[in-house]
Amino acid sequence: MRKKFNTSFKATELGARAAIAAISDHIRAFWLTQDQADGVEIALAEAINNVVEHAFAKAEPGDVRVLCSLRDSQLDIRICDAGVPMPDNRLPPGLAADVSVAREDLPEGGFGWFLIRELTSDLRYDRCGLINHLSLRFDFETLK
Amino acid sequence: MSLTSTVDGNARIVTVNAERIDAAMAIQFKEDMRLETEQGPDHVILDLSAVSFIDSSGLGAIVASMKQLESHRRLDLAGLTPMVDKVFRLTRMDMVFKLFASLDDAKAAAAG
Repeated sequence: MRKKFNTSFKATELGARAAIAAISDHIRAFWLTQDQADGVEIALAEAINNVVEHAFAKAEPGDVRVLCSLRDSQLDIRICDAGVPMPDNRLPPGLAADVSVAREDLPEGGFGWFLIRELTSDLRYDRCGLINHLSLRFDFETLK
Repeated sequence: MSLTSTVDGNARIVTVNAERIDAAMAIQFKEDMRLETEQGPDHVILDLSAVSFIDSSGLGAIVASMKQLESHRRLDLAGLTPMVDKVFRLTRMDMVFKLFASLDDAKAAAAG
């Protein structure tokens, strides 16, 4: 089984919100279970929000392209943008936040890359020329 | 306003009237929570049953909403839909908050 869906949006918070919801709706129609699709939407949202918040933090929001393809039970999502590269050209480690601390010390952020790493089967980042390519792969044992 | 609230017995119940608690609304959410919980009972229940999606910014805003309460007050969460529940469990925030399947369960615990 093969399915494809591509889209692009302006890298703003509201652009991201609409794109995440639209991509997620399409992916849900790829016969994923509710839980599989929920995991994809969470990881996708964190990856897209990261582009909006960091790649275009100091620049006019550019276009972000998202290419989704499902082949058999493997879903690939590629996110491309012409914003600034990741620090040191590599992905952040995404360690789990420590929550066994006093209330006033609880983390209010830093969950994003942890969630992406937990929910994906493979994660790759490449800087090609002036373009960031982030690939999220999800290997599902079975589909709905 | 994304939130409305009522006082029910010894708890303030804050209802989220939005499908998504995301990066675009996180700052407003935290501020709205501060306004809704400024006064009233020590026990606050956040009803999330209308929320089908939350991202890490939204999660951070809920954590911040608890941290801005005085230390003797508490915030419980009710009516988590499957995706919201998944985010809380993956980030271990289910160890920090009391999560209730429904608002009625949370109210019963507050009364008991």
